[in-house]
Amino acid sequence: MSDVADRVKKIVVEHLGVEPDKVVDNANFIDDLGADSLDTVELVMAFEEEFGVEIPDDAAETIVTVGDAVRFLEKNKKS
Amino acid sequence: MNLGRRVVITGLGMVSPLGGDVTASWSRLLAGESGARTVETFDVSDLPCKIGCQVPRGDGLNGSFNADMWMEPKEQRKVDDFIIFAVSAATQALADAGWAPKTYEDQIETGVLIGSGIGGLGGIYDGSVLLKDRGPRRLSPFFIPGRLINLASGYVSIMHGLKGPNHAVVTACSTGAHAIGDAARLVAFGDAEVMVAGGAESAVNRLSFAGFCACRALSTAFNDRPQAASRPYDRDRDGFVMGEGAGCVVIESLEHAKARGARIYAEIIGYGLTGDAYHITAPSADGDGAFRCMKAALKRADLEPSAIDYVNAHGTSTPLGDEIELGAVQRLVGDAAEGLTMSSTKSAIGHLLGAAGAVEAIFSVLAIRDQIVPPTLNLDNPSVETPVDLVPHRAKSKRVAVALSNSFGFGGTNASLVFRHIDAA
Repeated sequence: MSDVADRVKKIVVEHLGVEPDKVVDNANFIDDLGADSLDTVELVMAFEEEFGVEIPDDAAETIVTVGDAVRFLEKNKKS
Repeated sequence: MNLGRRVVITGLGMVSPLGGDVTASWSRLLAGESGARTVETFDVSDLPCKIGCQVPRGDGLNGSFNADMWMEPKEQRKVDDFIIFAVSAATQALADAGWAPKTYEDQIETGVLIGSGIGGLGGIYDGSVLLKDRGPRRLSPFFIPGRLINLASGYVSIMHGLKGPNHAVVTACSTGAHAIGDAARLVAFGDAEVMVAGGAESAVNRLSFAGFCACRALSTAFNDRPQAASRPYDRDRDGFVMGEGAGCVVIESLEHAKARGARIYAEIIGYGLTGDAYHITAPSADGDGAFRCMKAALKRADLEPSAIDYVNAHGTSTPLGDEIELGAVQRLVGDAAEGLTMSSTKSAIGHLLGAAGAVEAIFSVLAIRDQIVPPTLNLDNPSVETPVDLVPHRAKSKRVAVALSNSFGFGGTNASLVFRHIDAA
């Protein structure tokens, strides 16, 4: 796993209270990891904080799986 | 209550400065222990009051409070402590009552009515600072739902599948008593068979201390002796000591409780509500609001004042309020003052604001169960002479068939509850 993937996984585990081994690339935040719409908003905020990046709402809507987040952040991260 | 069905209490739950459950809190209360300490969870160096009664946190053993036992850590992060305390107290009360509705029919007959005086002030403070320092994009989507007072009822309803009336009370320091009284009426009136009712508060924080200090409401003369600070009726009292926690009871119709063979702690036979129409923070000097409130509760209970065995007083340890309440009680009971016991358990747990009425209702019910009245700590020199036994320093055994609990709040809002031993009807 990449450095970005590790950091994403840590945030997801912490915010959603799920087992680390469930946080796999194709895991859907809502369908597989039990998040609700407010949880996903908070997750995106946590990614912004961790990676020093601003994720606009239209981009946030495309981040529905762990892999989506990793790919977006690898492309756009500042820290 | 005589305007509807008979209503009883079948479950108790509590988080208090004396412990994370009813058993620890009650046994320590009877042992004369105090929950007051120097506040170490935030900076009090520039505040006139440096003491409070905080919930003893720990691993959940020996009466300590472990939030993880009641709510997942990821949920705890979203809400203020008053919601966590409420969830704990409500879950304890439901377990104590042996009531875990699983069928749709049972769920829609079970409601929740938990209030708070102030709600998520700590979280509002943190959110305000975050907004100023870092802008609106950093504010959590849980900022609003985690601070709202009725989300205590909301969380309890969601976690336990309770689909009956979902309500909340906000009447400052009368909140807990109003919540129990209103919930009893809902059951008496037939809106629900079972209600989980009470109050929760988590206002031991810097913003709230600063605010109550500005009102000159908190004790400031005993910072070096925290456990001596809450001293209702004593001549040296100088303000209240703030506490935190929650109390919840399970209330149900007598027929519902009997049908399922539930243990009955006591019957709720009286509830009175009045307004002072006088001042935003001070009680009316003549005690008229308190007097009429107790009188209204007794009228509903269809009892003479002389029937009261024990009064759990509002008694906050403020210079004005204690004597006014005592005067109102003496006016109410007249010659029966001689045989009356009245104590303020705030002397041990401080003032839990919106949770106070609920926690004190539970203490009143336990006085009926155990036939013992809890003490008023630190009552060394009563500021007035009275024939009423204010139970200084030590708990005492007493026949308690009927107990009355008073709560009075900022805004001049008053509530009195009357409980009776189920066999004393």
